[in-house]
Order: sequence, then C-alpha cells, then structure tokens
Amino acid sequence: MSKKAFLSANEAAAYGVKLSRPHVVSAYPITPQTTLVEKIADFLANGEADFKYMMVESEHSAMASALGASMMGARTFTASSSQGLLYMCEMLSYVSGARFPIVMVDANRSVATPWNIFGDQRDAMAMRDSGWIMLYVESGQEALDTVIQAYKIAEDPEVMTPVMINIDGFTLTHTYDMVEIPEQEEADSFLPPYSTTNKMDMKDPKTLCMSVGPDFHTEGRFLQQKAFEAAKRKIVSVNDEYAKLTGRSYGGMIEEYRCDDAEAVLVAVGSVAGTVRVAVDEMREAGKKVGLIKLRSFRPFPKEYFESIRDKFKAVGVIDRSISFGFDGTVFSEVKSAMYGSGAKMANYIVGLGGRDIPKHQIETMFSKLLGMASGKNEAEVQFLGMRWE
Amino acid sequence: MNKPKWNKDYKAPSSWDEMFFGSSNGVGILPTPNSGFRTLHPEIDSKACIKCLMCWVFCPEGCIDKSGEHLEIDMDYCKGCGICAAECPKNCIKMIKDGDTE
Amino acid sequence: MAVNFKNLPDEELLYGAKTCQGCGVTLAARLALKVLGEKTCLATPACCFAATTTVYPQSSIFVNNAITAFPALASTLSGMAVAAEALGWDEDITILGIAGDGGTVDIGLQALSGAAERNENIIYICVDNEAYMNTGNQRSGVTSYKAWTTTTPTGSCSKGEKNKFKKSLFEIMAAHRVPYTATASVAYPKDFMEKVEKAKNIKGCKVIHVMTPCPTGWGYDPAITVKTAKLAVECGLWYLAEFENNKFRFNFVPKEFKPVEEYLKLQRRFRHLDESDYREIEANRDIEWDRMRKRFA
Repeated sequence: MSKKAFLSANEAAAYGVKLSRPHVVSAYPITPQTTLVEKIADFLANGEADFKYMMVESEHSAMASALGASMMGARTFTASSSQGLLYMCEMLSYVSGARFPIVMVDANRSVATPWNIFGDQRDAMAMRDSGWIMLYVESGQEALDTVIQAYKIAEDPEVMTPVMINIDGFTLTHTYDMVEIPEQEEADSFLPPYSTTNKMDMKDPKTLCMSVGPDFHTEGRFLQQKAFEAAKRKIVSVNDEYAKLTGRSYGGMIEEYRCDDAEAVLVAVGSVAGTVRVAVDEMREAGKKVGLIKLRSFRPFPKEYFESIRDKFKAVGVIDRSISFGFDGTVFSEVKSAMYGSGAKMANYIVGLGGRDIPKHQIETMFSKLLGMASGKNEAEVQFLGMRWE
Repeated sequence: MNKPKWNKDYKAPSSWDEMFFGSSNGVGILPTPNSGFRTLHPEIDSKACIKCLMCWVFCPEGCIDKSGEHLEIDMDYCKGCGICAAECPKNCIKMIKDGDTE
Repeated sequence: MAVNFKNLPDEELLYGAKTCQGCGVTLAARLALKVLGEKTCLATPACCFAATTTVYPQSSIFVNNAITAFPALASTLSGMAVAAEALGWDEDITILGIAGDGGTVDIGLQALSGAAERNENIIYICVDNEAYMNTGNQRSGVTSYKAWTTTTPTGSCSKGEKNKFKKSLFEIMAAHRVPYTATASVAYPKDFMEKVEKAKNIKGCKVIHVMTPCPTGWGYDPAITVKTAKLAVECGLWYLAEFENNKFRFNFVPKEFKPVEEYLKLQRRFRHLDESDYREIEANRDIEWDRMRKRFA
C-alpha cells in the first residue's frame, strides 16, 4: 500500500531516486537543488537506503564521478542547477556520447550574471544540444514518478541515453504538496536492475570514451540521433506502463488539456503548465475556447506532434521562461520551426525570468492576446510580459 | 615472438552492424605497426649479452622478448629510439641503419 | 617488496602506442602496468598517453581503460573506485590513473584534491614531462626554471619560464594526509616499480609523481631519455622521496650533486642559458634542497 506524504518536489524526487535503487549517487549542493541531496543523505543516515554517496568537491567532479561509476556498470544519479550545470557541461557531452544512462535532476534556475538563485529555465535550455533526454515536470508527484521512469527510458537498449529531469527551482523544489510514494516492490516490478555490456569487465575488457576521428564520427552521431527516435517511443510506452501500475499518466511526450475544440492554445513547459490548467478551466467557464499543450519532453522534441497540429488551432502561444539572446524564446523557436507551414497565428511570451512569478492573470492576458490574434488583431510575435514599465 | 601481434587482417566497419557502440571498443587492437617510426634498428650480439635485462627494462615499447634463450626484438613495433643500445652495460647492442646489416 | 627484473612477467599490457621514439611516459606506463598486471582498470585524461594509445580503431592498452575529460581524471577514478566497491568487484583490482603534469597540477588539481581528501581507493600516477606536451609544449605549473616552451619562448625580452620552482605535487598530497605519495624517475625503474607495488598494497589515495623526460619537447636524442632522467636526479633538479605513515623520507640523496650544466646542456630547451644562469639554477636547487631537508627531517 503506497503511502502519502506532504513533500516538496525535491523531496519527492529524492524518494524517486531511493526507489530506483542507484548504486552510486554523487552530488554537489547548489540552491535550489540542495534539499534534494540533503534528503538523499537522510535516507542513508536512517538506513532507509543502501548506495554509495560521493560528496564530491564540484559539479564537474559530480558528473565525472557519475561517468566513472557508470563505466563500471553502476546505476548512478546526480543533480545540479544553473551554475553547477554549466560547470559540468563538458561532462554532459562526455556522458551522452559514450551512451551511459545516467539520470540527473536539474533544479531549473537562472544563470548569472546578474547572480540569481531563483527559478527560470535558462540553465537547462542552454544545454539542449548536449545529447541528453530532457523531461520537464509539472509537480512533485510527477518528479517522483519521472525519476523512476527516467531510468527505464535511459537504460533501454535501444535508447542508452542519459536523462535530465527538470524541476522548476523554488516554484516546485520548495513548495509542498501531497505526494503518493509507491512501495519499493512496485518500483522493483517496474524497474529491473541495470544491465549492459557497455562497461568495464574483467572477462570482456573494454575501451571506453575513446577518440574517434573524422572517419567514423558522423556514423556515431547518427546512431545517437536514432536513439532519440527510439526515445520518443519509449517515453510514451514507459509512461503508459507506469500508468497501468500506479494510475498516474503524464501523457508521454506531450499532454493536451481541453484542446479538442480550442481556438487558442498555450504551450507550457514545467510548473507553469499547472497555472495554465487553472486559467483554461476558468476561461472555459466564461465561454472562451482555450486549451493547454503541456510539453513534457523537450529532447527529444515532439516534432511529429507539432506537425500534426499545424492546422488544428487558430492561435498558438508559447510560454518561455528563457530566451536565446539575439533570437526568440528557446521553446518558441522550436515549436514554430516544427509547425512550419501552419496558418495559425503564433506568439511567444517571455515571462518568469529570474524567479519572477507567473500569475494566473498573466496567463489570461496571454489567452486574450491569442484570441485577439485569432480574430485578426495585430500583436508583436515575441513579447516580454509583465515588465515593470514599457 | 611472444608479443602482441600486428593485426594485419584488420578491416574497418562496413555496415551499421559492424559499427561500434557509443565511444566504446575492445582492448588491445593493433591495426598498424610502428616500424615506420625508425631509421635505425637495434641488433643484439647474443654471444656478448649477459641477460642483465637492462635493455628489456628500459625499452619504452616493451618490444624486447625475454622469454626465449636469447633476447629478440619485435621489429614490427621497435621504433629505433636507441635507448636499449645506450643503456646496455656491455655495449653489445648496435644501432644499424634500416636496410643495412652489421 | 623488492622487484626483480627476471621475475617480472613477459606480458606487455601497453604495446604499439604511437608515442614518440624514446618517450618517457610510455616507459613509465609500461613499467607501472608490469607491476599492477591484468587486474587493472585504467583511466587517462586528455594527454599524450591517451591521444597515442586510444584513437579508434587502435587500442594499445590491453586492460579495461577509458579516456576522460582533461580536468576530470581524479573524479572519474573516484567514481570508478566507488562503483567497484558498490558492485562488489574483486578487492585486488586496481583503479589506476595516468595523467600528465598539466592534467594533474594545473587543470586537474581540484579533482585530485577532492579525491585525496575523500581518500578514494585509487593509484594516481602523474607522468611529468614539465609542459603541456600533447598540445605542443606549452608551459605548466611544473615547467623548469628558464626552460623554453612555446608559451615561455626565449627572445630578447625573455629567458624562458619565469617561475623558479616546480609546484610540489608531492607535498600537496602529503598535506592532504594521503596514506602514500612518492616521487620517482624512469631512470630508477626498480625504485619506481617498488613504489607502484607498495601503492598497490595500500588502501586509499596513492599518488606517484614520476619524471618522464620528453625527447620531442625537451630537445634531445631519444636514445638518452634514461640518461637525462638520471642526470636530473644526480644534479638535484629532481628527487626521489616517499611520504608514508605521515613521515617523509628521501630514497636517494647524491653524496655530491653533479653540476647542473651536465643535465641542462643536453637539452635544446635550455640552449639559451649561460654560465650565470647555471649558477642561478644551482643556487635555486640548493635553496630547494635546504627547504626539503628541513621539511622532510
């Protein structure tokens, strides 16, 4: 019988890690991920879990130790945020190119300068080309469940790609909710032990992370890309399998909420999807035809889905808690590119940077703008909303 | 010669099935020799050699074979650096130009 | 445990590397693997050794091995050692790291400091050729005083490396209270191999700093790699020492130091030096030995 507890998303994710039975956890603290690594330390101190915990001296070393552990065939976990994620960024590429199925949590936080400890999505977005699967969660419950699912996706022989689970800093990591914690037996029945031949072995010695020149480099990268295609299927099938076990489904790569007859939809990534849900319900009450597209998997990007909805909606807005300076919001540019050829009006709303709240009325403003655009009004394509002055 | 062999039959992968996974490979694979490094090669005077093994210890390449009655050198992997000749206490190793014989 | 050359195994665990003729690093790595044997998992960072042994399809290393990022050797080794314990690997399997001086005392120092502080069960061998040789001979924190390197070239305004002393990795590791650390030289193979053997039988973080002359970077005939290494020790510009059970010990102290120019004149990187430079280098050597003698007493 699974138990319920009042947990922050960090603590929930820590339970997800415990249930996944890693062999080695290596971590270096950074706000707002700290309570996650602290909870993991509590599990060890109370005898509730049995893994090796490496308290390394930097984030770069955290990922390098995770790499070393994975090289021996260990299931590993690490976590970071913002500056720490960027500090370990060369190791992210090291891990993904070597195809080690490490799972990490990134507590999404803004990137200095100016120095800011609060949540936005700039950190992980900057790492979107690193070859990691990137999943975004909307709640603490989803964080716990996604950690367990992530190992299953990562360790699948057709995938063998590391997974980064993104949890909005402070908005999720430090807010509390009732979370159902599956039993260890449930998790064990869902997630088998890690098994691979891509590791050091006395009976079958290996060279790992070797040098490959121009002659074979491209073929390896093609195989990585193919693995992401397989990941698209696995993210969905693993979600469905987990839903059968626990009753909780997150839609796979995307989740549509009240989109069937919507005229205007908002694409949301992370915790803001929760606020959009509430706004959608209220606006539907008032007769507005609006809907939410929650983007759960950012890498692999659900290109086929966005191609399929090209002609479904009159207006599509994208909420971005990040921006690629000199161009548009990161999620927007990808959605727009996938929807090439669409006749829909498209808009990008840059909000929530540096930990600024995204209140419900701001979402309602977005929908009003989108509905206005749907009926012919002109609006700038990319807008920073909620600034202190124009 | 009791040394790892030059894998003369090595063939590069020619299909996806033969492609390596990730950045992983086996160990101890020698598709090319190192003989091209040298212009001089060592020749050991077995009669004068006292098998002190100084040359064997100091050879960076490990291409001197001490398993037999006399010391032998693997010419596929000798780079002709000359350390063996320089360190031999009996001066019984000569560095000879490749193509000539002593 | 005394090392007897006749009893060392025939098997070569490093063979066919594309290193330069007479490479000191190749010799050091070969001798270390002779002592440690097949039950070794090796990791190397970006360095000459990795770039010449492990470029697909070639693999010149005959045990499990991996390349890791330049600053990350000690942390990767830590992960390997911890995972080996977590997974129940045989306790007599050695987790070995071989890194150049750059990857150890400069960019790799943070990770090594962390590994030493956590006392991870690894053997870390720093092969010291006194520059970033893999990228073409740029200076490092252990480049010799007044040596020519590509980033400390000589000219009308410069006589080479400005820093008078090498970073003392040996003392840095001793300050971390590791169970064992030592300096060594490829010219003293018995001493080096005995140190590796000793390290093998200790649990914890063992660091050996071995001088490995580089014919290409230092500018000398490859045949005299061993002679050059020997002269460095004989004239006091390198030393053989151990730190064990919190005690320092010199393994070899020359009765009288040879004049430094015997060592320096052999190398192109010191070609620009004159009599006053030799005396200055000698004076620095004497200061350093005074300091070490007091410290290691």
